[in-house]
Amino acid sequence: MHLYNLTLQPPTAITQAIVGNFSGARQQEIIVSRGTRLELLRPDVQTGKVSTVIASDVFGSIRSLAAFRLTGGTKDYAIVGSDSGRIVILDYDPKTSSFVKIHQETYGKSGARRIVPGQYLAADPKGRAVMISAVEKAKLVYILNRDAAANLTISSPLEAHKNNAIIHHIIGLDVGFENPTFAALEVDYTESDQDPTGEAFNNAEKLLTYYELDLGLNHVVRKWSEPTDPRANLLVQVPGGQLASSDRYDGPSGVLVCCEDHIIYRHMDAPQHRVPIPRRRHPLEDPERGLIITAAVMHKMKGAFFFLLQSEEGDLYKVTIEHDEQDVKAVKIKYFDTVPVAISLCILKSGFLFVASEFGNHYLYQFQKLGDDDNEPEFSSIDYPNYGMADPTLPLPRAYFRPRALDNLTLVDELESLDPILDSKVLNVLPNSDSPQIFSACGRGARSTLRTLRHGLEVEEVVSSDLPGIPNAVWTTKLKEEDEHDSYIILSFVNGTLVLSIGETIEEVQDTGFLSSAPTLAVQQIGADALLQVHPHGIRHVLSDRRVNEWRVPQGKTIVSATTNKRQVVVALSSAELVYFELDLDGQLNEYQDRKAMGSTVLALSIAEVPEGRQRTPFLAVGCEDQTVRIISLDPESTLETISLQALTAPPSSICIADMLDAGINKTQLTTFVNIGLQNGVLLRTVLDPVNGQLTDTRTRFLGTRPIKLVRVMVQKNPGILALSSRSWLNYTYQNLMHFTPLIFENLDYAWSFSAELCPEGLIGISGSVLRIFQIPRLGTKLKQDSIPLSYTPRKFITHPHNGYFYLIEGDHRVMGEAASKQQLEKLRQEGKMIDDEVVDLPPEQFGRPKAPAGTWGSAIRVIDPVEGKTVNVLHLDNNEAAFSIAVVPFAARNNELHLVVGTAQDTFLAPRSCTSGFLRTYSFTDEGRGLELLHKTETNDVPLAVLAFQGRLVAGVGKSLRLYDMGKKKLLRKVENKTFSSAIVTLNTQGSRILVGDMQESVFYAVYKAPENRLLVFADDSQPRWISSAAMVDYNTVVAGDRFGNVFVNRLDAKVSDQVDDDPTGAGILHEKGLLAGAPHKTQMIAHFHVGDIVTAIHKVSMVAGGREVLLYTGLHGTIGILVPFVSKEDVDFISTLEQHMRTEQISLVGRDHLAWRGYYVPVKAVVDGDLCEMYARLPANKQSAIANELDRTVGEVLKKLEQLRVTASGF
Amino acid sequence: MSSELRYTANTQLEHLHARYTGTGHADLTKYEWLTHQHRDTLASIVGHPPLISYLAIADGEAIGRVKFEMTERMLQPCGPPPPKDE
Repeated sequence: MHLYNLTLQPPTAITQAIVGNFSGARQQEIIVSRGTRLELLRPDVQTGKVSTVIASDVFGSIRSLAAFRLTGGTKDYAIVGSDSGRIVILDYDPKTSSFVKIHQETYGKSGARRIVPGQYLAADPKGRAVMISAVEKAKLVYILNRDAAANLTISSPLEAHKNNAIIHHIIGLDVGFENPTFAALEVDYTESDQDPTGEAFNNAEKLLTYYELDLGLNHVVRKWSEPTDPRANLLVQVPGGQLASSDRYDGPSGVLVCCEDHIIYRHMDAPQHRVPIPRRRHPLEDPERGLIITAAVMHKMKGAFFFLLQSEEGDLYKVTIEHDEQDVKAVKIKYFDTVPVAISLCILKSGFLFVASEFGNHYLYQFQKLGDDDNEPEFSSIDYPNYGMADPTLPLPRAYFRPRALDNLTLVDELESLDPILDSKVLNVLPNSDSPQIFSACGRGARSTLRTLRHGLEVEEVVSSDLPGIPNAVWTTKLKEEDEHDSYIILSFVNGTLVLSIGETIEEVQDTGFLSSAPTLAVQQIGADALLQVHPHGIRHVLSDRRVNEWRVPQGKTIVSATTNKRQVVVALSSAELVYFELDLDGQLNEYQDRKAMGSTVLALSIAEVPEGRQRTPFLAVGCEDQTVRIISLDPESTLETISLQALTAPPSSICIADMLDAGINKTQLTTFVNIGLQNGVLLRTVLDPVNGQLTDTRTRFLGTRPIKLVRVMVQKNPGILALSSRSWLNYTYQNLMHFTPLIFENLDYAWSFSAELCPEGLIGISGSVLRIFQIPRLGTKLKQDSIPLSYTPRKFITHPHNGYFYLIEGDHRVMGEAASKQQLEKLRQEGKMIDDEVVDLPPEQFGRPKAPAGTWGSAIRVIDPVEGKTVNVLHLDNNEAAFSIAVVPFAARNNELHLVVGTAQDTFLAPRSCTSGFLRTYSFTDEGRGLELLHKTETNDVPLAVLAFQGRLVAGVGKSLRLYDMGKKKLLRKVENKTFSSAIVTLNTQGSRILVGDMQESVFYAVYKAPENRLLVFADDSQPRWISSAAMVDYNTVVAGDRFGNVFVNRLDAKVSDQVDDDPTGAGILHEKGLLAGAPHKTQMIAHFHVGDIVTAIHKVSMVAGGREVLLYTGLHGTIGILVPFVSKEDVDFISTLEQHMRTEQISLVGRDHLAWRGYYVPVKAVVDGDLCEMYARLPANKQSAIANELDRTVGEVLKKLEQLRVTASGF
Repeated sequence: MSSELRYTANTQLEHLHARYTGTGHADLTKYEWLTHQHRDTLASIVGHPPLISYLAIADGEAIGRVKFEMTERMLQPCGPPPPKDE
């Protein structure tokens, strides 16, 4: 088996975000790391919409990012710390719209190791130096400078190591133009490692250390080191340094040390200031729990600065420092607003706050005000004795605030994110859909959702209106060439034409010069200010003064097909003749003296738009009934001569020539594509050679069951093609690459571009008798998401075999269940405590739920209707129970009646795993599956993490034991047990009497149930330990599984062993067989292995296209959706693997990670080709493309075609 | 092995130990080995974004909190060292 890995949806989680002027223009951009990808986002200052400018897979794991700007420069650079053991400086080149690696310096081993730097990055605010640090010991400082040609230079590294020191955080200190200084938060473990009494551990000091880079001596010195709060976790830079022009100081310099419950201002030789972190006054808060700051951002304005710090609850605090030159007078903190918990916060100069959420969607907020004069209580360090540092070991009295809805910020945009995907299913439940949907259980806590993902572009309908009849075509047209927007909508009916004018309302107009008594074949704004209508009996040329020049068809003939552009008109007559017209310089339409006989009825015609600066387009494509397409010259030298011919497999229904940019084919110029839609629903796309008119590089694609109609439209000022069949597809250029995506919208019979003031970039279409105006808001996305809100983190969900409902279990650790919190509130009320109802009733989606101590759980079982997209029923679990597994089981003892079994546990602790009792709750379905009735609860001694239906019974993984249960009156009855598993059973799969058991740490075991002797026996296992996160059976002997470190692998059992086990009726042979390598008697063979870079949470064997091959689809925690496609032939394997080898040598990883090492992070990659790398071929420069293609004995087009074909046939994407 | 070679080999080893924290040696105690293992694991969890998300979801804590607690735990991941018997 050989597999091809293809990412359908790259990870959507953000692991870090930085802001800067990366393009060098005045506008600020945001660079985000999505774990294994780097993206440049640009928020539009006017509309507040965030758009992705570029996204690039880095084939490595990004761990840290920093932006810096050389002194006096106008452009920011990004530094990337990764697991490649290299420091990389990236520059965004707006011309080519790509990241350019300017420097790549190797300093250590690859991998995310303890003492190899890469975890933390800190840049000097003046851009003179950067420090890169590991979690322990190692810190390197690089000096950044300019050479004579103003190019950025980087020095060799200077060491600032400290042995036996754990580093919590580093930042660059703002010291103006004095020597660059970095601050680090470190703990030394030398003494606590030596002291058996534990006293040294208790007294271990967390040190705030300043490292100064002496630019004169070119080395780093430890300048200052002082103990600070032992629970400090984060440093924030405080502005400092003198302005060059005046003697004024920007700020006091130094750092804010964020600790548990406190914030301390510190600087060398300066008094400390300490303020408490205000807490929510929630009646259910855990008073024992400290509060830490998890994200922080400093913002400098003219002559002032402030900080926004975010606590782990999501509350933003505004911190200000009152200072007199370099002396700090007071540190003040107050509540600002509450936004989702962020991994990074970015403030833009244009007044936006970008919140890269740790889980779920990311948000862009706009500042309304800065919270300067509101009634929020402010806590200042001068209100406490000795600025809050009277006794640093004692906490300050707690400060409180009341959380409230957004006041200082307003939400302006939302970036959808699937992160985290905890479970998924792939199936087709929607009516009228020929491809399956992906259902993914996403999110964390109260912001969780179940999302339906459909392949296609989201469509936003602007207007829809009913028409008196059923039109067969629609056009829009401007009146003059220089008009910005369209003025008329022309509808063609079987026996007439209707013209509507676009104004404040859309209404019918009469005196337009158009013939209304006949249907229309084509409409064109022609010349400077004239209009053109083609109808079956002639061509009407409507001049600007409403005079009409009409060309009439000879008697007995009609026009069957027409194509037009601004200067040319071609019509085909029923006598299979072509008539060609061209506009002369006086604006007269002149017929070419000859007519061309085609010999076969013409079905479709197309000419391209007139290229800029030209008189005409030189090619005409003609599709004839004899299943051919001919390219005919319109050049004055050889007018109407046939240039080339292409045979088709079916009669064409529509042709469309369009000039579009596809960087895979030509980076600088538009490529002319001839799109041919056939009557059988197949689309051919060929490239027209602009010199000799030959058709090359044909790609085919099946679009739907109806004959295809093709329409040239404008998509974001670029030409695109709308292909209409039983589904509508849009072919467009996005980020210089061609995309072909279906629209998720009603079937359209005809469509055209539409531009009006309110909808400048729209499309207009007809479906039946309804006219629809719509636009496509999110180009570039391939999956449309619809979500259903959930109340807790989803854990697993299953489908019912008959009723179509989903049954989902959700649960959150450290959250009080609904009943428990009500009870607790009631208790507090009875004790006479005042309860602030407003705070209690704050919506948890926005504010989260109060954190409870470990071992507290809130959990529920939810019934969802996926077609309607809503929750049907919710059952909240009480008694601190949490659900962990779910299965629908047909119990043979109950006539195969379906039951729902939910594995739960009470008072569960995670590490080490324990619970007071586990339960298997058995429900029967009532009310056609909408309701659940609890039949009984069966106690278990451990947490049941996996349950599954098995031969009319239930198989359950209860902690370390695998058990078979049968239905009883008051309980499930345990029939047989196997206790040989070592950690915990997390996945179960079955076929026949075989059960595949995934162990939390020990990979997949093959077990068999021998009914005659009632034995449950393990007969094969894996030779390597694997931390299984998900598994699925590929066939009877083969399993595919994902592990916790981001690998996916395939294991196969030898067919001989399989037969031998199946042939043994009692299992006595297996029972007495000698174990191998301290395990089962047989071992599986690993046949494929691949490092995805994201934890695979679910994996399925499905077919993504109707009638297509089955592929393995996986979903990853950070929102990745990918497929593994088996290769069909040996030639494909050879070809694609060779291509992959060539691509590897191109070294395209932006972080400098070796590709082979990355895909073989833990185990060498085996029998899997990285499709994402292969698809980078389209982005290579043309000379490299052709060099690689030569090595492969193919043309560039053939290579690209093969890659596209692999993607399309496997996924339809 | 000549005495000279042994001498250089030893200094090289010492050099390696000073340079690469966590490298084992012949006299490594169980406690030291275990502590190194735990510190390596914790550093690896902090260094791999998906892993830290995974733990944060399981535990119901913020990623920042999990990162902080993991780094804190690196100070003494396996409790105090066993008393030395002289």
